[in-house]
Amino acid sequence: MDREEPSSAGQPQSPGQPESPAQPEGPGYDPYGPELSTYGRSVPDPCQDAIATLYSYLDGELTSERRERIQYHLEECSPCFAAFGFEAELKAVIARKCRDEVPDSLRQRVAEALRAEDVPT
Amino acid sequence: MADKEHFAEQAMGYMSSLYSAALRMTRNPADAEDLVQETYLKAYRAFGTFQEGTNLKSWLYKILTNTFINTYRSRRRRPTETELDDVEDLYLYHRLGGLEAAAAGRSAEDLVLDRLSEAEVKDAVESLPDPFRLAVVLADIEGFSYKEIAEILDVPIGTVMSRLHRGRRALQKALQPFAEQRRLTAPADVTT
Repeated sequence: MDREEPSSAGQPQSPGQPESPAQPEGPGYDPYGPELSTYGRSVPDPCQDAIATLYSYLDGELTSERRERIQYHLEECSPCFAAFGFEAELKAVIARKCRDEVPDSLRQRVAEALRAEDVPT
Repeated sequence: MADKEHFAEQAMGYMSSLYSAALRMTRNPADAEDLVQETYLKAYRAFGTFQEGTNLKSWLYKILTNTFINTYRSRRRRPTETELDDVEDLYLYHRLGGLEAAAAGRSAEDLVLDRLSEAEVKDAVESLPDPFRLAVVLADIEGFSYKEIAEILDVPIGTVMSRLHRGRRALQKALQPFAEQRRLTAPADVTT
């Protein structure tokens, strides 16, 4: 593709934007592709971007570059910050409240079953 | 090659999380106990094929999950795709007041979540159809990465992500009535 601009990645573009009128549509277009600068005019709604990657972010599955982009947005957008906080808490609550104690009878059953495996036949 | 003598000391520590996951999968204690016992037996017999130094927990979960799928998988009717997709982003958050609540005080809706009882959260998780429930259990409760879940379930990572995405939305919908009740109940009145 002709989008590559190796020298200016991540940097604010000089005003005037020499090229790319930014058409965020069409089959091959990836709105979250790495070539988009946070400052570029072709960036889609940053809130949309944040919400779309919310769970990948909370799951720790984003590249550091995308992670930083989200963090940058969260620092300046309190609605997204609040939504992220809620979802993070929900994830934590689900993990915390789905724990069950193992019955002693099960521990015994498993230990016995394993012992029985070793009994020579 | 892993030594069978060391199986117990290495594997027994995972019983508590395996049992919790088994309960979410089978939805009843008797089946969950059978499932865990069978998992340990199979793991013990196959321990020679386990590669020392790799992830024992996810190896055990793969055996647990496969055994569940092959033996205990529920024969209930599965909801159609559209039924599951009928939930928007941030469903629960918006239902609980979202931004307005956040603006009014310090995140009142986070407190609502904490007041959900264990039984309510378990019920909601267990209401999810099998493939979505497995993904949610492995990611949100057990904390496996997408890649580990893909290996455990033997599906591509993209499939993991879409199951998780839809499973979580369905979970939010299932939690909503409980959360709504908690929101209407003053903290002092909560007895559960």
